[in-house]
Amino acid sequence: MFLRTLIVPDRYLDSVLLMGLAARLRGLAGVADASAVMGTEANRALLAETGLLDETATAAAPGDVIVSLQLAEPTQLPAAQAALEAMLAELTRTDAGSGGGAGDAATPPRTLEEALRQRPDASVAVISLPGGYVAREARRALELGLHPFIFSDNVPLADEVALKALGRERGLLVMGPDCGTAILNGLALGFANRVARGPVGIIGASGTGIQELSCLLHRQGIGIHQAIGVGGRDLSAAVGGSSMLQALAILEADPACLVIVLVSKPPHPEVAQAVLDRAAACAKPCVICFLGGDPGQAAQRNLPFARRLDLAAAMTRAVLAGEDPLTVADAPLPPARQAQATTLAADLGAGRRFVRGLFSGGTLGKEALLVLRESLPTYRTNLEEEGPRALVGDDRPTDHLILDLGDDRYTRGRPHPMIDFGLRCQRLQQELADPSCAVLLLDVVLGYGAHPDPAGELATAVAGRLQPGGPVLLACVVGTENDPQPRPDQVRRLTAAGFQVLDTNVEAARMAAAILVELQRRNQP
Amino acid sequence: MSEPKPFPGAGPGIVAVNLGLPSFADSLAAQGGSSLHIEWQPAAGGDPTLLALLDRLHRPGGELGERQRRIEAANEEAITRLVTAQSLLQDIRPAREVVPGLTETTILHAGPPIAWERMCGPMQGAIAGALIYEGQARTPAEAFDLAASGRIHFDSCHHHRMVGPMAGVVSPSMPVFVLHNPTHGNTAYCTLNEGLGKVLRFGAYDDEVIARLRWLETFLAPALAKAIRLAGGINVKALIAQALQMGDELHNRNVAGTSLFLRTIFPSLLDSDLSKQQVREVVDFISSNNHFFLNLSMPTGKLAADTILGLPDCTLMAAMARNGVELGIRVAGLGERWFTAPAGQPQGLYFGGYSAADANRDLGDSTICETAGFGGAAMACAPAIVKFTGGQASQATAITREMYEISYARHRDYQIPAFDFSGTPVGVDIRKVVERSSPPFINTGIAHKQAGIGQVGAGLLRAPLAAFQEALRAFGELG
Repeated sequence: MFLRTLIVPDRYLDSVLLMGLAARLRGLAGVADASAVMGTEANRALLAETGLLDETATAAAPGDVIVSLQLAEPTQLPAAQAALEAMLAELTRTDAGSGGGAGDAATPPRTLEEALRQRPDASVAVISLPGGYVAREARRALELGLHPFIFSDNVPLADEVALKALGRERGLLVMGPDCGTAILNGLALGFANRVARGPVGIIGASGTGIQELSCLLHRQGIGIHQAIGVGGRDLSAAVGGSSMLQALAILEADPACLVIVLVSKPPHPEVAQAVLDRAAACAKPCVICFLGGDPGQAAQRNLPFARRLDLAAAMTRAVLAGEDPLTVADAPLPPARQAQATTLAADLGAGRRFVRGLFSGGTLGKEALLVLRESLPTYRTNLEEEGPRALVGDDRPTDHLILDLGDDRYTRGRPHPMIDFGLRCQRLQQELADPSCAVLLLDVVLGYGAHPDPAGELATAVAGRLQPGGPVLLACVVGTENDPQPRPDQVRRLTAAGFQVLDTNVEAARMAAAILVELQRRNQP
Repeated sequence: MSEPKPFPGAGPGIVAVNLGLPSFADSLAAQGGSSLHIEWQPAAGGDPTLLALLDRLHRPGGELGERQRRIEAANEEAITRLVTAQSLLQDIRPAREVVPGLTETTILHAGPPIAWERMCGPMQGAIAGALIYEGQARTPAEAFDLAASGRIHFDSCHHHRMVGPMAGVVSPSMPVFVLHNPTHGNTAYCTLNEGLGKVLRFGAYDDEVIARLRWLETFLAPALAKAIRLAGGINVKALIAQALQMGDELHNRNVAGTSLFLRTIFPSLLDSDLSKQQVREVVDFISSNNHFFLNLSMPTGKLAADTILGLPDCTLMAAMARNGVELGIRVAGLGERWFTAPAGQPQGLYFGGYSAADANRDLGDSTICETAGFGGAAMACAPAIVKFTGGQASQATAITREMYEISYARHRDYQIPAFDFSGTPVGVDIRKVVERSSPPFINTGIAHKQAGIGQVGAGLLRAPLAAFQEALRAFGELG
């Protein structure tokens, strides 16, 4: 094998595009392996680890693209190089997007100032650059008067604190970093669904939490006024809920917003106190959804508290209907579903006893765990960082397993599992071949940003691998009929492929639990 | 700082700018929103030292620190000087009589200073030709020996209020245009353009070349000088402004400028005591050389650029010149120091029988045009030029648009018809060049790399970024 490195000087390409480029290079005859990365110090270190750092790559600048090729024969280099050049030419956008047309717009802008000269009416800067580049651009966005929506992760915490301080000072809202989702004025930013407009304002530190909640409300006929993501660390002690507090004030002052839902994992206690105090003083009714959290602090302030997203949706509906949200009860699995669980359990082969959850959304995994925990004597998960159940090392334990495939461990060097189904499909096939696996539990997230056809990926992965007596496939589908992948169509095709599609994430988890209970009953003498 | 925008919600839809994944811009557009995608590159190529410097010296929209306030004020002043500088052609005189510091053993050349041994072929050839022309050597061999002997003092034209195209070689006997800027009181000089083909500025030095130099000295210069004086001087800046609207950018295309000059001087030629035959000779020479006017547009650029050299805190480029080995820039606030990097290779069209393998590296002081707001900066005025690179007219407008992004202002007097008469980009700001890794475009002729052969083509290239990065680092050292 011959290692050859090509440098594309002074060309910035996003890692997703680079990975796509590498995949296409691997498809060329004679190319055994290919990688394409920006020449940053971190990337060069990664290349060194994998033995791909030769002299050429060592000399690359941070602004260069490094393409490493493992060739069967060195003579194949010119062909690979020509193919690379053709691909790069394809990637160059010649249109100026929908913003073109005004003034000097024919030249694509290269900086925020240039873009603002072409679109002085812009109010939001969507930033999905590699984490190390974010602080400078986000700060400039704030200085130029824009509200940054920062999708990127790996932004240093100190930068987040500084950016949010500048945002507060300037009256601009910093959404993120690590902000997956927002729906502003009815339009989805990042990973989000096309939901109806309506009276509900959502402020969330969790992208998939916002997605599931907004879709649940949409399916109950309740629309969203604004859904504002604040980033996964906003409610940490260091950041202090800065953006959530600012967003609360924005929605409080917005006459079109009638009820506000706050979605997060349980915040740092002091931050929780500050947020709850502010919510209690808010002129609009608020529903608190701190996933799996303790209702005590909210109850003291007479704030309705939901420990799960489905309950948050029900309480929001109650507030809008003029009912008391505190009377919302946790409904059990409907009798028809219970009967179905009994049948499905009866069909399972002997020795099948474990549930395996393969989640792409961390919040959905956590919510499922909240439900399942009551029925599982033991389990392993990477959603708990410490304790006996935390998953360390081997991620295929002989036990029940709830796995968040969006975890850093699985996304290093590859796109998020909502975009790239490769790893999840591989895991799915492994579990299908495992004689101890009884139930497979999956979330399928639709909408902008997500894979264009999740049902197609999953159907292909399981085709020809489903045996009589094999594991039950349970899925919830987060999305709406208006998404680029319409939910009814995805549900129909998943069902045809052998999946049981449940209405909500919680219902899917309840179904899994019900099947386990049936199995335990069957196994008792 | 810019006024903060209200949070979306005040109106329908949203307008966003997008940094990163293009798909985020596409999906917003698919929903009926507007998103302008930014072709983002890491600022300053991701270099941490330069980024830290830029954060200190360049915060568009940001709160200005004391240092940056001084920079912006200096740059504003510099723009005023650049655009208000005038250019009156007053006379033609032998270089030894007017050019400061030009001793009988001095030879001037284009670009930043360079020693004889390191000079490129065309420059050495031109120097040999000049020594023969001056009678200091009888044969090329003698001339090369003398040049290498250390008895001749070489220096940059730029150090003597001069600019020279290509090799830019100037010796004491050569006649030079004398141009004056009454607004700021400075003067600049430039030799007379020798015409096309085998000429000294491209490194040719045979008998034919020397004979033409003598004809310029003994006939053309005195004849033309009579007419210029009779006309009471000629406003060259006004001719440039007109020529820009007639399809010239005045670096690589001077056909309109040359025609306008001839039209302006014609009556005075007729009024002079020159015979009909002598007038005929002058007119024939000028009208057979489309680049005659280049030697007037260049010193006009020099007149403007020299008004800002040494202006404290100014981050604008005050000179850009190539000696065929290196390109050097001077920055107003950094005084006389040159910041150099290896000169580039133009991409262009070649005359029959020649190719890129024959081309010398980028050469000449003619980039004074790009320094003063025409040449490559005014490409949108001269779509015909992009033919040199096989390009389309839209490429010409794209180049000027990009030059706006690295320039501090738009010229008051030099206008672009295709852009609704917007001013040309003027005042190249080294901060912007480094931030967006976008050095100026240069239009240029291409010399053969061997002495004595001459011009082999014409083309387009960019200045090397490293010279600008080096200058910015030096700027940072000032505090």
